[in-house]
Amino acid sequence: MRIACPYCGPRGVDEFSYLGDATLKRPDPAAENADAAFHAYVYLRDNPAGPHRELWQHASGCQSWLVVTRDTRTHEISAVEYARDAAIASAGAE
Amino acid sequence: MSSQRYSLFSVLRESLRGHTGWKPAWREPEPKPSYDVVIVGGGGHGLATAHYLARVHGVTNVAVIEKGWIGGGNVGRNTTIVRSNYLLPGNVPFYEHAMKLWEGLEQDLNYNAMMSQRGIINLFHSDGQRDAYARRGNAMRLHGVDSELLDVEQLKPILPMLDFDNARFPVKGGLRQARAGTARHDAVAWGYARAADGRGVDIIQNCEVKGFRVENGRVSGVETSRGFIGAKKVGVAVAGNSSRVAAMAGLRLPIESHVLQAFVSEGVKPFIDTVCTFGAGHFYISQSDKGGLVFGGDIDGYNSYAQRGNLPTIEDVCEGGMALMPTIGRVKLLRHWGGIMDMSMDGSPIIDRTPVDGLFLNAGWCYGGFKATPASGWCFAHLIATGEPHPVAAAYRLDRFATGRLIDEKGVGAQPNLH
Repeated sequence: MRIACPYCGPRGVDEFSYLGDATLKRPDPAAENADAAFHAYVYLRDNPAGPHRELWQHASGCQSWLVVTRDTRTHEISAVEYARDAAIASAGAE
Repeated sequence: MSSQRYSLFSVLRESLRGHTGWKPAWREPEPKPSYDVVIVGGGGHGLATAHYLARVHGVTNVAVIEKGWIGGGNVGRNTTIVRSNYLLPGNVPFYEHAMKLWEGLEQDLNYNAMMSQRGIINLFHSDGQRDAYARRGNAMRLHGVDSELLDVEQLKPILPMLDFDNARFPVKGGLRQARAGTARHDAVAWGYARAADGRGVDIIQNCEVKGFRVENGRVSGVETSRGFIGAKKVGVAVAGNSSRVAAMAGLRLPIESHVLQAFVSEGVKPFIDTVCTFGAGHFYISQSDKGGLVFGGDIDGYNSYAQRGNLPTIEDVCEGGMALMPTIGRVKLLRHWGGIMDMSMDGSPIIDRTPVDGLFLNAGWCYGGFKATPASGWCFAHLIATGEPHPVAAAYRLDRFATGRLIDEKGVGAQPNLH
């Protein structure tokens, strides 16, 4: 598996470290239902068999945090973007 | 029902008549319209659950439904190790219950599972690691589990091939559990299937669950690729795919699916007669009866349903092996494969009710499911039959992540790829 880092180009997966599901949003700690929301945020996952947006860091390269869209059934990667860009796009959509 | 009992006499009789008298070990029934209990998943845990439902609780109107063939998932993809060398109070009694069931399994099932109590030795490489293993060994003894701390002089005759004076990771000793060992993994699935079938359980292969029928918050059956099957109670034991199956009942689980690779070398002469684990990396090895070195290491570390992994993990495992026993460097790798693990958020399993009445969940086995098979089936059967958790599995609650009662054996927190 190779990940096409937007800064460094395609690199072996051993240069990257994995954090997991990139679609999770940290809940508001002051909200009424913060307990339940944080339980879901910290522990529960959709865990799809199919396209999965996930956070990787190019730890042995440029150190960039990336959002990678990868099919968990085939390991095929369809998109790689900077996590910052993904966060701005997602905030803009809301 | 399978009436044929395997014995020395039956082997001798069949050897004299050209092995023409053997009968199929289990039937291939058509699904009935409804059952008292439907078990989803014909792996080790599902089949063991069916067996103990029938044998211990007298519940025989049971079907095990399996989307492929029985024993085709993780029970046929592991490294066959059984052990109960755990540290935490929530885990030790459960895995020791499994160990005791392993010890009597072949007599119980009338099936040769090639159970071999060859022992396991977890090596340590520093003073700090020795203290941690001493603590683990003491915790085991306090729970009535055998353990023994070995120093280098005691290890040398047992594991002469180790690189004791390795410059970075010198071997300082090991924690041994002599009752641990290996079992023929396929035979475990087949033995449970045959024993359950013999008590009237229907084993229905090539039957995939497509959904659950829930009426007034209570499960009433499963929609399958072979039509609707009614059920008073449904038990789900589909580790690797738990999230997908639970999603059909509207549940979101504290689980990620990850791929774990395992390896076997070409057959060599008797080389290592125990199970041995490297303490400075992640590498464990034993030798099969055919002579192949069976070994494995870490999960790949990213979500996957692919049942195959990537090269960096293979290199990492082999580097661990070479650091521990350089003599295996010339041995050729015969096969490697991957299995899909239910990685739970604290590294421990779940055997519990769900918010849907009558629907029970057995999941989150991480990469420790095989050794747990008998106790998992025993406790899941107890839960399904009585509605109450079995005392040794009482800590494996689904809601422990909300209540803070986690069982974090490795101490790495809610990070499945690190467990």
